[in-house]
Amino acid sequence: MKLNLAPNINDPDGFYDELLGAHSGLSKDESDAFNARLILVLANHIGDRDILRAALEAAK
Amino acid sequence: MVDVRYDIAFKLYPYEKTAAIGAAPVRHPVVIIGGGPVGMAAALDLGRKGTPVLVLDDHEGVGQGSRAICFAKRTLEICDRLGAGQAMVDKGVVWNVGKVFRGDQKVFEFNLQPEDGHKAPAFINLQQPYFEKYLVDAIRKAQSDGCPIEIRGQNAVTGITVHDDHVGVDIDTPDGPYQLEADWLIACDGARSPTRDMLGLRFDGRVFEDNFLIADVKMTADFPTERWFWFEPPFKDSGASALLHKQPDDIWRIDFQLGWDIDRAKELKPENIRARVDAMLGEGADYTLEWTSIYTFQCRRMENFRHGRVLFAGDSAHQVSPFGARGANSGVQDADNLAWKLDLVVKGRAPESLLDSYSQERVHGADENILNSTRATDFLTPKSAISKVFRNAVLELAQKHAFARPLVNSGRLSVPCVYDGLSLNGPDDLNGPARSRVGASCADAPMADGFLLEQLGGDFTVLALNTAPPDVADVDGIAVRTIELDTARDDPSGAIAARYLGEEPHGIYLIRPDQHVVARWASADAADIKGAVRTATGRGQ
Repeated sequence: MKLNLAPNINDPDGFYDELLGAHSGLSKDESDAFNARLILVLANHIGDRDILRAALEAAK
Repeated sequence: MVDVRYDIAFKLYPYEKTAAIGAAPVRHPVVIIGGGPVGMAAALDLGRKGTPVLVLDDHEGVGQGSRAICFAKRTLEICDRLGAGQAMVDKGVVWNVGKVFRGDQKVFEFNLQPEDGHKAPAFINLQQPYFEKYLVDAIRKAQSDGCPIEIRGQNAVTGITVHDDHVGVDIDTPDGPYQLEADWLIACDGARSPTRDMLGLRFDGRVFEDNFLIADVKMTADFPTERWFWFEPPFKDSGASALLHKQPDDIWRIDFQLGWDIDRAKELKPENIRARVDAMLGEGADYTLEWTSIYTFQCRRMENFRHGRVLFAGDSAHQVSPFGARGANSGVQDADNLAWKLDLVVKGRAPESLLDSYSQERVHGADENILNSTRATDFLTPKSAISKVFRNAVLELAQKHAFARPLVNSGRLSVPCVYDGLSLNGPDDLNGPARSRVGASCADAPMADGFLLEQLGGDFTVLALNTAPPDVADVDGIAVRTIELDTARDDPSGAIAARYLGEEPHGIYLIRPDQHVVARWASADAADIKGAVRTATGRGQ
């Protein structure tokens, strides 16, 4: 498996809306903490160290 | 004059005037500076192999204070081979359960759940003075059996002169100075090693800007025998983390992480320590303070643990943070690695270059320990705002979700390193379990009577499983023992087959004196064994 950098999310506008919605009403610190938890949850779901490493690179 | 730097817990080697004072310098095959856990383990191992060894210590016994308290299975196995392990296990507190808290919330608990079929427990807690005392007890026993070990208390090394073929040592005693010569010198003189300084050698690494307060308290409390660790503890003024852990004799180790900018003298005042301990244990808790200390720590190592005829072992060679119990445990593994090699070199059965493999292998071990200990420290004391955000995210998630628990790092407990890919290794020609691969330390397993590691002892050993071993009793003067096992008959629990054969029907292992695997084959002949012994003793094929 390679890191998928092609469009892969159904209803991208809907997802983006949900992502921002999850932050609504949060302070900066709360948002930072939420983001950290979200990254850890997603990283665990991916699991594959090569893909995670490629994602860390892609996000730079 | 010999300065007294600390008080003694056990007076084990009282000063006696040596006949060496006023005489011409005597040459010794091996001299060890420092009678701590590492120096005594090395002396015991060498002496039991018949190599004369002299230990110089600037005190008359073991210093007070529990200091190292957590001894790992591999250390206990090494000490068992040396005749000191059972006393340690009998006295020590065996523990398996750890709980991790954040504030007053329990994040999760873990059970080390040691695998069945090992003689030694996964861990014991035991005060360092007992650990050292049991090693010295074993030395006294070995001496009475004729092993050539001598300990000289209150003999302080004041100077070292390195020559091509020996080392000159200047020593001070209450009766004045004298000199001796050593073919080989082992410096086990601790993190501030005067030997290292006298040789002008560097000790590079990373300093962690934090102070930890230790309070060992004596109390009869009905807390369970568990390791309790708090991130952001809820008790007043308890710092960024805290630890509660049981030792023998109703002593509890309490550890508070206080931060960098503190007034050490003020924090060490008994009333200030008691205020913190009261807050943790509850007002009115009945206890006495046994030992207190504030420590900071570094992670660093020497570039090379061998400098000609001087060898460094334990804290003199490498230093780690205490999280993970990788200090004394790794030092005892240094002694385990060095003793058989130096024994063969002293006896002329292996080239001096074999000692370079000591440095190579134990530098590899030290780097693994420093890496683990640095990662734990970075989790405990996040170095940036975002690392703290992630640390706390892990702790929050770990309360609800199992996936985050392996990310919580309050110290990864010491396990022996595998000498993967290093120069003494022979072929790995058995499709056996990875845990028993070439370079790994042998896993214990039950036998019909006793345990496998007891059988391995401290020589080169051929372990033949379900196949006839080749006939090799000796390789160029180095003894090779043979153990032939039929797993249908000699493996009542099936653990030997599971740990050494996996799916394979038969196999042959060659095992070093320190119980690491040299080579393994599905089947091997005498030439295979001889070649691997030569490789493992620094003589190529």
